[in-house]
Amino acid sequence: MTWIAQNLWLIPVLPLAASGVIAVNKQRQRKLAATLAIGSMVLAFLLSLCAFSATLLHHGDNGVFREVAGFNWLQFGGQWLHLDWLLDPLTAIMLVMVSFVSLLIFIFSVGYMEHDENFMRFFCFLSLFAAAMLGVVIANNLLLFFICWELVGLTSYLLIGFWYHKPSAAAAAKKAFITTRIGDLGLLLGMVWLYAETGTLNFYADGHGCLEQSALATMVTHMTAAGMAVSTAIGLLIFLGAVGKSGQLPLHVWLPDAMEGPTPVSALIHAATMVAAGVFLVARVYPLMSAHAPIGAVDIPPSDLAETGITTALQVVTWIGALTAIFAASIAVAQTDIKRILAYSTVSQLGYMMLGLGVGGVAVGMFHLITHAFFKALLFLGSGSVIHGCHEEQDVRKMGGLKKFMPVTFATYAIGMLALSGFPLFFSGFWSKDEILHSAHGWAVSQIPFYLGCAGALLTAFYMTRQVALVFFGNYRGTGVMEQGSDADKSAVQHSNTPSLHHSISAPHESPAVMTVPLVILAVFAVLLGFVGTPAWPWFDGFLNGEPPGFNFSKLTEGGTLGLMLASAAIVFTGLGLGWWLYGKRQRKTAEEPDVLQVAQPAAFRLLENKYFVDEIYDATVVRFNAWAAQFCDFLDRWIWGGAVLLVTWVTLGLSRLYRFTDEFVVDLGFDTSCETLREGGGEISKWHSGRVQTYLRVIGVALVVLVLFLIWGRKS
Amino acid sequence: MTPLQGCLLVSALLFAIGLAGAVTRRNAILALVGIELMLNAANLNFIAFWRYGPNPEALSGMMVVIFSIAIAAAEAAVGLALIIAIYRHYRTVNLDEIKNLKG
Repeated sequence: MTWIAQNLWLIPVLPLAASGVIAVNKQRQRKLAATLAIGSMVLAFLLSLCAFSATLLHHGDNGVFREVAGFNWLQFGGQWLHLDWLLDPLTAIMLVMVSFVSLLIFIFSVGYMEHDENFMRFFCFLSLFAAAMLGVVIANNLLLFFICWELVGLTSYLLIGFWYHKPSAAAAAKKAFITTRIGDLGLLLGMVWLYAETGTLNFYADGHGCLEQSALATMVTHMTAAGMAVSTAIGLLIFLGAVGKSGQLPLHVWLPDAMEGPTPVSALIHAATMVAAGVFLVARVYPLMSAHAPIGAVDIPPSDLAETGITTALQVVTWIGALTAIFAASIAVAQTDIKRILAYSTVSQLGYMMLGLGVGGVAVGMFHLITHAFFKALLFLGSGSVIHGCHEEQDVRKMGGLKKFMPVTFATYAIGMLALSGFPLFFSGFWSKDEILHSAHGWAVSQIPFYLGCAGALLTAFYMTRQVALVFFGNYRGTGVMEQGSDADKSAVQHSNTPSLHHSISAPHESPAVMTVPLVILAVFAVLLGFVGTPAWPWFDGFLNGEPPGFNFSKLTEGGTLGLMLASAAIVFTGLGLGWWLYGKRQRKTAEEPDVLQVAQPAAFRLLENKYFVDEIYDATVVRFNAWAAQFCDFLDRWIWGGAVLLVTWVTLGLSRLYRFTDEFVVDLGFDTSCETLREGGGEISKWHSGRVQTYLRVIGVALVVLVLFLIWGRKS
Repeated sequence: MTPLQGCLLVSALLFAIGLAGAVTRRNAILALVGIELMLNAANLNFIAFWRYGPNPEALSGMMVVIFSIAIAAAEAAVGLALIIAIYRHYRTVNLDEIKNLKG
């Protein structure tokens, strides 16, 4: 047991502690908050590097390096719930990615949120998010995973609604929270079922874990009522959680709306890390997903799919991923909000990751996840820089020509854009996406996901070119200084420390170094990371699967790889060229001018612009049904249950009135009257008792006389 | 009219006078005097019934009356003492003003 595996818990606990300390401090201590958050992330990053190097050291010993540590949390019945953490290559690579990207985004946030009143709250939430996400990554236990997963969801909610005074932000936060809850319900059910089947929630525990051979073997043989293996059913339920979190097709609606949050949040949570948690979840439970491969039913190509069985669960993952990839990419073509374009692009790329997991296994999906995290964080931070520089303008139609105002942002953004589009050879996106397409091409079930993926790649190159052309080329179409004097004044005060602002008050300006330096670092990684997973040197693949990587140039030409690479390069160039031809060469003159596609295909453009009306369909079906059900429940509550309660109330009230009446007018009155009479009689009689002895004597005398007379007459008769 | 009847008449008269005195006088001492009179009327009856009764030889009536007179003396002493005590307390012997026995 290595030292770092024992103390892996420190990585999430450090940002958690930072968040706690920030939470109890005063509003004004900005420096403290930033220092704590960034400091804890630096430490977490260093520890992650230790973990990563530990896995590197033990790499290729025998099989996959895997170490588990943990503690007993609580006991119920005769069983203990363990909270364990796990160090394996998958964890290590995610740890490094998450902590590194988080660190850069934290630094960027210091600049971006500089003038926000709730700077402390922002860093508190951000640290909490980082802690939860790192917890998700290290969890060796589905329960711990679920706890952190929900914490991630919570911080996502808090950060989307960070500017809660904007109604749209509050609504978006609510939408995100509720939509992901649907997926989480599936995850929870899967978790409970998994526990019922295997009696453990630990992923790996020396052969007793639920992802290990013995547990899988029992789950594969058990059948549910519908004739589906239990492992498949559980896998699908867990995948539902991933669908919610990663914005896959039926539940993708929350992710574009989540762009209401501050841009660093969009970069960190809704592009680079949290949404990737769903992909990570599928990668983590991949043994469960791929269990029970139908042997001999398909002929598996020898190169990449050797380990991959094609189960129902994996087929579902593949199809949903492929459909999401093309669906979201097509929507992104018609959007005008710079962040929404990126959001739909994220949804699309997450679809690619799912597709990669489904067709190619863990390494293929995870490789795209890692490269995507870097270049999408770069793009989002770049868009944040653009928005910051254009005075909170987000509409790409009102930008343009920013190339000369913001050179650093432009250069890094262009790198991110080329990486995302999959520009051949020098950018990471090319290698990771190519690997996915390659695996999809070799998929034995169907070729359709491959074609969907190719179409998605074409669209990706196209919409990214459109965006870059609209934002950075042509002439600046923003509103002038006269129209928004007060805003411009305010921003002039805000940005007085930036050097490029002398000539014109409302002209866009480059962002400060605290924001551009993270961009540059991310850009470097967006380029370099591709080289760890080329077909010639599949280091990443080998690292995750515990095989020693070989350096072999001949792989580039084997098995149709070269042809596919050329094809995908051709696709990318077509997309880029098309985008440039439509948007770059012939720049729009004003912000109000209709889009080129809108002129050519008004109906199709309208469909895309309105995101296939998915929100409207949900409004008309799910939301309306929900509202109807709520009204029905309200009716039930108000009239049926409420009526019953009211009836009981009335009966009780009537009875008590009756009791009160008898009490007051029968019992009490009778008693009172007799008492009164007795008292008054006593009063009357007491008057005789005058205290005058002589009166008494007189009475005695009279009585004597009467007695005597009575005796005399009595005797006579 | 036999001597017995005469005696009884006198004693009845005496009793009536005593009763009237005890009932009507406002002064406590005079009421006490009335009571003494009624007591002595009773004594007179004892003597009369003994003297003219069937067995005048035995001194039974005399005995009773002597006891009665002794008791009357004691009673008078007690009564006068009470009256003095009452007077000290209330500064009056008017019976109309002494009505603390009332309920």
